[in-house]
Amino acid sequence: MTTPEDKTIVQLNKDLTDRKISAAELARGYLENIQKDDKDFNAYLEVYDDVIEQAERADIAIENGYVSPLTGIPIAVKDNILVHGKRASAGSKILENYVASYDATVVEKLKQNRSVFLGRTNQDEFAMGSSTENSAYGVTKNPHDTARVPGGSSGGSAASVAYRGALAALGSDTGGSVRQPASFCGVVGLKPTYGAVSRHGLIALGSSLDQIGTFTNSVVDCELLYSAISGHDGLDSTSSEGHSPKKNKIKVGVPRHFLAEGVDEDVMSNFEKSLRVLEGKGYQVRDMELPTVKHALAAYYVILPAEASTNLARYDGVRYGLHKGGSDVIDDYFESRGEGFGKEVRRRILLGTYVLSAGYYDSYYAKAIDVRNVISAEYELAYESVDVIMTPTTATPAFKIGEKTDPVSMYLSDLFTVPQNITGMPALSIPYGVAEREGKSLPLGVQVTGPNWSEETLFQVGKDIMNES
Amino acid sequence: MIERNEVKKLAELARIKLSDTEVENIRKDIDSILAFVSQIDSVSTSNTSPSYTNLKNVMREDGKPHETGLFSKELLGGVPERDGDYVKVKKIL
Repeated sequence: MTTPEDKTIVQLNKDLTDRKISAAELARGYLENIQKDDKDFNAYLEVYDDVIEQAERADIAIENGYVSPLTGIPIAVKDNILVHGKRASAGSKILENYVASYDATVVEKLKQNRSVFLGRTNQDEFAMGSSTENSAYGVTKNPHDTARVPGGSSGGSAASVAYRGALAALGSDTGGSVRQPASFCGVVGLKPTYGAVSRHGLIALGSSLDQIGTFTNSVVDCELLYSAISGHDGLDSTSSEGHSPKKNKIKVGVPRHFLAEGVDEDVMSNFEKSLRVLEGKGYQVRDMELPTVKHALAAYYVILPAEASTNLARYDGVRYGLHKGGSDVIDDYFESRGEGFGKEVRRRILLGTYVLSAGYYDSYYAKAIDVRNVISAEYELAYESVDVIMTPTTATPAFKIGEKTDPVSMYLSDLFTVPQNITGMPALSIPYGVAEREGKSLPLGVQVTGPNWSEETLFQVGKDIMNES
Repeated sequence: MIERNEVKKLAELARIKLSDTEVENIRKDIDSILAFVSQIDSVSTSNTSPSYTNLKNVMREDGKPHETGLFSKELLGGVPERDGDYVKVKKIL
């Protein structure tokens, strides 16, 4: 295959409309890459059997002059986003044979664009995890070093874009599940403003935190995909719309106190280099404080399990999903949920049940919500003096498969990404630099975040770091 | 410190079957997670409006209903145990 993977979606769109390549040829190229390489990485849980048909429909649209920016563009979809008539298992045994009865709004929007869906990608079960090791369908491996994790929970989507098994991919980000794997796999990852992208048709984890996000090779592609999937949707009660114009003379805040401990040396010096690049382009970089942000992760691990235990109560083995018979109707629930949910999911459901139970509600759940509000207020105050805030996306490069065995050490890998879910702010992870480990070059990422609806400013920062025009 | 009996009670509330070994493993895990999250106690929250979230549920207006039965076949297709067009469960009373 010629190397369309090195082209941006904008360039490919031009090639498609100029008939230099057909959507079917493009799709075949990606199917070949998947066929050749996916066995090494396990990014896909399923490659759809109608990819070429979808691409041919895109070609007919192109012939008839109905071309939108994403027509014929091959996209991978995380296993927790519904595509009508296709399986969606959220990486769980409990939904192993579940077939989606409708399209998620994001999928419907991309279908209107005549994008081509390649297949569904692996993830931590119900998006609970930071390594994709919690999938009921085997671990996904990092394309840059197969001994290491791709990050998670959207590890399959990140890996698919990284090894050229997809041109772009959709994921979901509840505490970093797009940005952390994007950083580990060396691709661009966006978590939009809470409510900017409809979650209708996304299998819910933590409803006050969940947001659908994107994986792409470049910031321009990210921008394009974001504009295609965002917008108000009456089917998501938390959907909203907003816009804030791109800033000029961007002031970058760096919460150095938050980075003082536990950040890998290579990660830190690489991060400093990215700041120098921005200073060279006229940005102002200054230190700033977010006194309570260090507690965001703790608040998150109260709020998230509480919401997850509530959301996952719907899996009863009665209306859909795995059913395992017990001695009576109640025992059916115990059997189905005991068998269908994996270890981390059970752990978080019980933890969530605990923090919501009478006697503990105020000291855990209510307190965590208060902490969340304190953190949000601190960010709002900070944005009076800076336009964006930057940190490394993660404190270390990708860790090894099996390396993190206790839950808290796994949770800590989301230290820098959780605050944006706690506050709802958008954040972009930009691939920048590498760390050499045991003869392998592991990608690193820097994260830029701004006030709600500041996506355009984040894209500008991303382009300046990646030297995109 | 969370007790084994509390974990069993939580599992009962959450309708999840756990083996005895799992009860102990989950007890240990929850203990270490609670030790980690208890740092939120150190945050002064007296100046915030208490337990306020700015999220509110928005219900859809009742519009024109779809034609009866339009989605029944597809939705029933996912039901693990059914009897004709009924979802089948064990005797409740």
